[in-house]
Amino acid sequence: MMRRPITWLVPPLGFFLLLAGVAVAAEEVRIGSKKFTESVILGEAARLLMTEAGLQARHRRELGGTRILWNALLRGEIDVYPEYTGTLRAETLAKLRLKSDRALGEALGARGLRMTPPLGFNNTYALGMAADRAKALGISSISGLAAHPRLRFGFGNEFMDRADGWPALQRRYGLPQTNVRGLDHDLGYRGLVAGDIDVMDLYSTDAEIAYYGLTVLKDDLGHFPAYDAVFLYRADLETRAPGAVGALARLSGRLTDAAMARLNGAVKLKGQSEARAAADFLNAELGLEVRPGTRSAAARLWENTLVHLSLVGISLSAAIIVSIPLGVAAFRRPRAGRVILGTVGVIQTLPALALLVFMIPLLGIGAPPAIVALFLYSLLPIVRNTHAGLAGIADPLRRSALALGLTEAARLWRVELPLAAPVILAGIKTSAVINIGTATLGALIGAGGYGQPILTGIRLDDTFLILQGAIPAAALALAVQGAFEIAERHFIPRGLRARGLTT
Amino acid sequence: MLVLDQVAKRFGEVTALHPLDLAVEPGRTLVVIGPSGCGKSTLLGLMNGLVTPDSGRVTFDGEVLTPVTLMAARRRMGYVIQEGGLFPHLSAAANVTLLARTLGWPPERALARLETLAALTHFPRPALERFPGELSGGQRQRVGLMRALMLDPDVLLLDEPLGSLDPLIRFELQVELREIFRSLAKTVVMVTHDLGEAAFFADTILLMRAGRVVQHGSLEEFGARPEDPFVTRFIEAQRGHWQAGGGAP
Repeated sequence: MMRRPITWLVPPLGFFLLLAGVAVAAEEVRIGSKKFTESVILGEAARLLMTEAGLQARHRRELGGTRILWNALLRGEIDVYPEYTGTLRAETLAKLRLKSDRALGEALGARGLRMTPPLGFNNTYALGMAADRAKALGISSISGLAAHPRLRFGFGNEFMDRADGWPALQRRYGLPQTNVRGLDHDLGYRGLVAGDIDVMDLYSTDAEIAYYGLTVLKDDLGHFPAYDAVFLYRADLETRAPGAVGALARLSGRLTDAAMARLNGAVKLKGQSEARAAADFLNAELGLEVRPGTRSAAARLWENTLVHLSLVGISLSAAIIVSIPLGVAAFRRPRAGRVILGTVGVIQTLPALALLVFMIPLLGIGAPPAIVALFLYSLLPIVRNTHAGLAGIADPLRRSALALGLTEAARLWRVELPLAAPVILAGIKTSAVINIGTATLGALIGAGGYGQPILTGIRLDDTFLILQGAIPAAALALAVQGAFEIAERHFIPRGLRARGLTT
Repeated sequence: MLVLDQVAKRFGEVTALHPLDLAVEPGRTLVVIGPSGCGKSTLLGLMNGLVTPDSGRVTFDGEVLTPVTLMAARRRMGYVIQEGGLFPHLSAAANVTLLARTLGWPPERALARLETLAALTHFPRPALERFPGELSGGQRQRVGLMRALMLDPDVLLLDEPLGSLDPLIRFELQVELREIFRSLAKTVVMVTHDLGEAAFFADTILLMRAGRVVQHGSLEEFGARPEDPFVTRFIEAQRGHWQAGGGAP
């Protein structure tokens, strides 16, 4: 009868805090890559070359688009990533109107960055159409599109608003099309083949161009600059990891257009891992004997599980610690309560993806911004249920507690919170399930977890890989829901369970 | 013991209580009676600060009730409401000892007091570990009474304490309650709408109507010298009732 109240909170909190301890980071060369296959292959090649040179290297794959990688490099969250000179000149540093790679090198130097000599291939942008469609309309160049205003365009999301992307291209060629939508680059090929769109943007080293027999439209006005592939790295990399720059430079001038297209095809069309494709190339071209060192599916699943649990555990624990007092405050002071409930409600209406991306300028990439976004996302159900649980306490009970002469703290801890406990616990359960699902988006900003295989699976059009993320995420949500139901049975006082109501 | 001095209360447009003077004498039982909505529960709430007066002041044992003095005053006033107002998440024993425990009583002392109270109220020992939802209506009422008596208060405030009980159990509890009040010599203020119950418990009766006191005195005085035609009407309306109830003195 002397049992302390709210003890039911301790086990789930402890559980999550324990998992939270799993977060890791060691001193090593951090390689980033963009979220398309070629970039990931180059990232793997860089990792293998570093490892070959005896360095500790970690590849944070598929972090996002150019801006995310560029900013991560500037901040020092990564040390190196594969980039294209055209992207730097026409997009990232477009305002400087750099005329040559020499000028580009100086501009980078001013920002504490350097680039390797070109790797050898030029992956320029191009527009492509299904061959039969292009032939039927008699289109062979980008200028030729102007006569067909009803064509449906589907462009990669990055291309849609890059300085050298669709807006500039449209102006340059005076293109009249209005049916233009942004989509994931890899989904574009499927749309093109299925006939959902007529024209898409291509990377000239995409393996799909040959595979689907696409017609590449001639850039007859010379809009797209050369996109020579290089590795971009921080100027302090050589001092922090001697030999790293030399290792990267071994690839310079060795990767031809044809070789890169072949590597892309090996991964995207033949289902090889990026590491395997990169290792095969390095071994054949540079006479190395590197092994891809890929981990088993089980090891990947385990790692994704730990990362996912730490994302959910830390963010949810923090949300519980913050939300319950907020819910109490909202109940105690109705005026402040409207502000509190309104604010957490607005946060909830932000699309999860947008919330994640908003965090990047504040916290960079990786787990911290994802945890903060998930934390914010978990607030509403707990705050609202805490408030509702307290507001739902029957008036006679409230009067009894007052008339007894209990202090305010005793009323809260001994009477109000225990009576509201079932409703609060239901709010935490809702938050946990939402959190587990939303955390899969964390992979988009480099936080890893079950979203990683989903992201890679979308890129490679590999349903099996997508399921490797989706099924564990769903299973985890179910398991957590089950765990909460057991917790309810153990930690909700018998008197409340017997009636099933707090009022 | 309890003195109300020109105390008045409005709820929005409705005047629940017109300015009222009242002195509750120590060791006596005052029963407040009247039709529903007459302000009798408001009057009781003013005595332990559940209702804050718009004007006038309430004095308890020589001290004016303020937010500062209220907490200590409440611990010297037991409060029992219909159905007991028991906390459903706590066992009967935990309900009774809750306040004592938060005040830091040693468990043995709380337990000893609980045993005394269970004996006093004829509450079955095994039922102490049950939760309110598992008790009968009469048992809940006894737990509510034990909880109110836990700190041995000077005053007991009872708001229709037996209102929801069936007649047999109600009669039984009335007899027991009166025994307890007499043996403990507490100051008791009880609100009821039942004249039979009022007559059974009261040293003096306060008859209220529409937020005003109609008459304050003994039941005999009500019959012999009614101060308002309403007094006679009220008694006549209830007369058959309390004779049948069998609880009249």
